[in-house]
Amino acid sequence: MKLAATLLAAEGSNPLLPHTYELVVGVFAFAVVVIVVGKILTPRIQKALAERTEAIEGGIKKAEDAQAEAQAVLKQYHDQLQAARQEAARLRDEAREQGAQIKADLQEEARAEAQRIIAAAHAQIEADKQQALAQLRAEIGRLSTDLAGRIVGESLEDEARQRRIVDRFLEELENTNAAVR
Amino acid sequence: MNTLTVLASGASGASEDVFTPPGLELFDAPPLISGVAWFTKPVLLAILSTLIVVIFCWSAFAKPKLVPRGIQNVGEMGYMFVRDQVARPFLGKDADRWMGLLLSIFFMVWIWNLMGVIPVLQFPVASHIAFPIVLAATIYILKIYLGIKHQGPIGYFKNMMFPPGLPKPIYFLLAPIEFLSNLIIAPFTHAVRLFANMFAGHIILAFFSLVGFWFLFEKLTPLGAGLGVVGVVMTIAMTGFEMFIQFLQAFLFAMLAAMYIGNSLHADH
Repeated sequence: MKLAATLLAAEGSNPLLPHTYELVVGVFAFAVVVIVVGKILTPRIQKALAERTEAIEGGIKKAEDAQAEAQAVLKQYHDQLQAARQEAARLRDEAREQGAQIKADLQEEARAEAQRIIAAAHAQIEADKQQALAQLRAEIGRLSTDLAGRIVGESLEDEARQRRIVDRFLEELENTNAAVR
Repeated sequence: MNTLTVLASGASGASEDVFTPPGLELFDAPPLISGVAWFTKPVLLAILSTLIVVIFCWSAFAKPKLVPRGIQNVGEMGYMFVRDQVARPFLGKDADRWMGLLLSIFFMVWIWNLMGVIPVLQFPVASHIAFPIVLAATIYILKIYLGIKHQGPIGYFKNMMFPPGLPKPIYFLLAPIEFLSNLIIAPFTHAVRLFANMFAGHIILAFFSLVGFWFLFEKLTPLGAGLGVVGVVMTIAMTGFEMFIQFLQAFLFAMLAAMYIGNSLHADH
């Protein structure tokens, strides 16, 4: 090694021995870079990177908050929708119940009305029948007396007697009818 | 040593017609302006590298935007690389405090090395050992200063030479080895690794390009032409390889700096 160094030194360029002026320039060049890049510029980019990290984290936080809020609102809507559905179902049931009730009432009423009309009709018929019977009875009496008067030729003017005769006749008639039946 | 002697003598005694591979004269740096002895090519390139690093970093980092654009993107890529690959693995939570120094070292060394493949300039600054020595010495002084500051003057050497938990006789062997490796060999290899890589890379590139030039232009012969083509192809291939090595060495240099600083900050490693 020493021999090589001596040999090379003779040539004037031992690559393992530093030149003094290069050392000085090297120190100077390195110092400039360390001061400008290391001391002035690196803190700036570090600050920018820290700010960016913060911004990104803030953005993520914001997005997370927004998502959470959206979830909450969605849940609220779902709850409201559920409540509305239940309300609607309840109303539907109620309506159905009411409808059934109304239907039953109407049916009941109609039945009662029908009964009433039938009863009235029956009564009317009975009255008409009674009336007709009474009229018939009077008519028959008069016709019979007229007929009998004409046949007998004798005026049966006497009202009381006449009526008695008719009544008697009719009773006989009815009795005969009853006997025939 | 023999080869070096042969090379050295070959360089001086070469005849015109014989192909002479390039030797140490590649690294001779005569003054660019006669009379100004200190102003040589490596010095010029070192100053140029400083300007490039400062101007690049200034345009990238001087007014950083929250949303990066253009050159800031490129600068941040470099910053992220140094932070995630160099600083954080060795310094952990202390990484941000040392990023300024590590970023400076990484960019500086990389641009120094890149000078070796930039056309016309074509001289890796770090192939002159003075420049790696400046950086390695700075780290070496910083390492010892931080070690004594954080672990105490006795604690630093005790932690370095007598790591706890080993059988006593081992220390007779370990203590001198650790002392030697940490305080003498480490700074030496730190500087020489970078220097030697750039030195050898420059010789290889010069050799292949000279082969191409010699056999295709200086002495074009039917037999030699093939060799000249090989020389050109190899020059291109080795330039690509050299760019990879240049980046790797810059990364390694910064990484070792981070490792030394980390070891001084915390004893347990």
